[in-house]
Amino acid sequence: MSRTFLMLVRRDLLLARRQGGGSLLSITFFVLVVSLFPLGVGPAPETLERIAAGTIWVAALLSVLLSLDRMFQADLEDGSLDQLALLPLPLSLVVLAKTIAHWLTTGLPLTLAAPLLGLLMQLSPDAYGALIAAMLLGTPILSLIGAIGAALTVGVRRGGVLLTLIVTPLYIPVLIFGVSAAEAAAQGFSYSAHMLFLSAILSGAIVIAPIAAAWALKLALD
Amino acid sequence: MADAPLLQGRNLAALRGERLIFAGIGFELDNGGLLKLTGRNGAGKSTLIRMIAGLVAPFAGSLHWNGAEVSRDREAFLADLIYAGHQDGLKTALTATENLDLFARLRGTSDRDAVAALGSFGIAELADLPVRYMSAGQRRRVSLARLLMTPARLWLLDEPLTALDTGAIAQLGSVVDAHRDGGGMVIAATHADLPGQPGSVLEIVPPADADLDEDLDVDGDMEDAW
Amino acid sequence: MHRFANPTRFLRLAAAVLPFSAAVAALCLGAGVVWGLFFAPPDYQQGDTVRIMFIHVPAAMMAMGVYAGMAISSAIALIWRHAVADLIAKASAPIGATFCFICLVTGSLWGKPMWGTWWVWDARLTSMLIMLFIYLGYMALWQAFDDQTKAARAAAILALVGAINLPVIKFSVEWWNTLHQPASLITMSGPKIHESLLWPLLLMIVGFGAYYLTVLIYRVRAEIHMRRTRMLRLAQADRHAAMQAAE
Repeated sequence: MSRTFLMLVRRDLLLARRQGGGSLLSITFFVLVVSLFPLGVGPAPETLERIAAGTIWVAALLSVLLSLDRMFQADLEDGSLDQLALLPLPLSLVVLAKTIAHWLTTGLPLTLAAPLLGLLMQLSPDAYGALIAAMLLGTPILSLIGAIGAALTVGVRRGGVLLTLIVTPLYIPVLIFGVSAAEAAAQGFSYSAHMLFLSAILSGAIVIAPIAAAWALKLALD
Repeated sequence: MADAPLLQGRNLAALRGERLIFAGIGFELDNGGLLKLTGRNGAGKSTLIRMIAGLVAPFAGSLHWNGAEVSRDREAFLADLIYAGHQDGLKTALTATENLDLFARLRGTSDRDAVAALGSFGIAELADLPVRYMSAGQRRRVSLARLLMTPARLWLLDEPLTALDTGAIAQLGSVVDAHRDGGGMVIAATHADLPGQPGSVLEIVPPADADLDEDLDVDGDMEDAW
Repeated sequence: MHRFANPTRFLRLAAAVLPFSAAVAALCLGAGVVWGLFFAPPDYQQGDTVRIMFIHVPAAMMAMGVYAGMAISSAIALIWRHAVADLIAKASAPIGATFCFICLVTGSLWGKPMWGTWWVWDARLTSMLIMLFIYLGYMALWQAFDDQTKAARAAAILALVGAINLPVIKFSVEWWNTLHQPASLITMSGPKIHESLLWPLLLMIVGFGAYYLTVLIYRVRAEIHMRRTRMLRLAQADRHAAMQAAE
């Protein structure tokens, strides 16, 4: 069972690599959105420093949102989803495997690109550690909650827009704890409480999201 | 239990949206058996195949495998089943071999030769070609070659002849015959004549009109219509 | 198909409840508005502005209460495949969203004299705004499916996921708010509501609840009739197909 699970993760990584561009597109979008802010609010370093963590998080959140609609859609369109559902493995674990692959191809690259954007946005030097740590905990939550939305809207008319509407409100706690972790660190406070909250949400999401998404996917198969 | 057929469907019914598409379907299948599903367009051939695979939940009725209800041990049943849907289920970015190997390894099989499987359908020379460059008929053959990539007693084929030429149909016939000779079972939904040795036929007919009238009595109790 | 999913039984019960809920709604809302607007004393600090509370507080309570009801009906619908529960959840959403919207508008009207601005990112208002988005997402998901059975199940899953998330969202927003706002702002929830304000407020709360029940019954009725129409049309199509096949 665990071998099948790992094979599934590797399958999605292989497909992402072969079809190409997914991660690169997300990162490009991420950088692009962040660079709009200095153009929008002005390049004064103190202004940028003030909004740096928030801007980076909002941009990361949008990048993840944009990548969600392909999560199950491609497999539904070519019939692979049927084959995945017929593996001798619970559908919730199939979902979890695909979610892990999604995080490895979007959330993780975004986290790795974040320090560069910190430089562009004059992020306080003390905040880098907190930003990256919070993104490492927070972006998997985005993938997990996103999997529910993606599963609910797979095969649905205008699914992409609907997906955004459904998922964005559910992302708010991650945004709040993620940004305030970086802000606390910038002011020299401890950010361990933020990390604990994010860990708690992550643990809950790992349990609930695959089950909810599997329920939703069964509707698309029916 | 020895007398019970290996696969048995009892009184199956399907609901699509709010419409009853078939009801009271029963069948039996034993080692070496072939069951052909026929019926007019929209009668629910694909739905019945998907229901047997467990992709669609039955509205009523039950499915028995080895004398026990399938829902008791779905994973054992799934391990013994291959479904070839009317969609190919192939990843176009991968080659034929990669697709087949992926399918086999996800099911814990690693000793089957993808090129040989493709050879049985006459396309061994396309083994390293990405599926993206193949025609509909070639994709269909790759999709059917999956049947040979992992041991499973029950094959579920949904319109297997679509896009196949006469040569490929004959090849499918001999693959199916060999499977049945080895004790395997096949359920196929198709309009056309299946190649190979004959089997039994199940025609899916729409539920009787009288039932609809009864359920939809406007002034009366709606209970049954739900 | 299901003993309790029988819409006839629901329709009978609804017909019995409807006159009472409508009467209670009319009486309580009428009395509450008159008492609250004309007889209750103005607040020593907020003056007459405090009277907005008689709409704002019940609306906020109902916005949350209706969501809780929606989540419970969704759970019942998912577990027992109860068709009327689906319709109750579906019919509740627009009502709950409207309560949410009323709460936001009255909060904003209250904010202008008290805070000097139409909108403040106050924790309660922000949570309410997010809740409105969740309601809208739920309603949009219902709209997106042609197959009503699938729509019902998808929406039920979303309602439950939302119900699990809402406390987390509320907690995070309150936490965020304490970080960014000076605590000296007057908020609308005085724990110390004077007794003279309490009675009309209670009347309004009961009135809002009865109003919800009344509108809900009308909406669920309409949904049942729409479902009936759909089934008749399906039967018509089937009969047509059968006749053509016979020819």
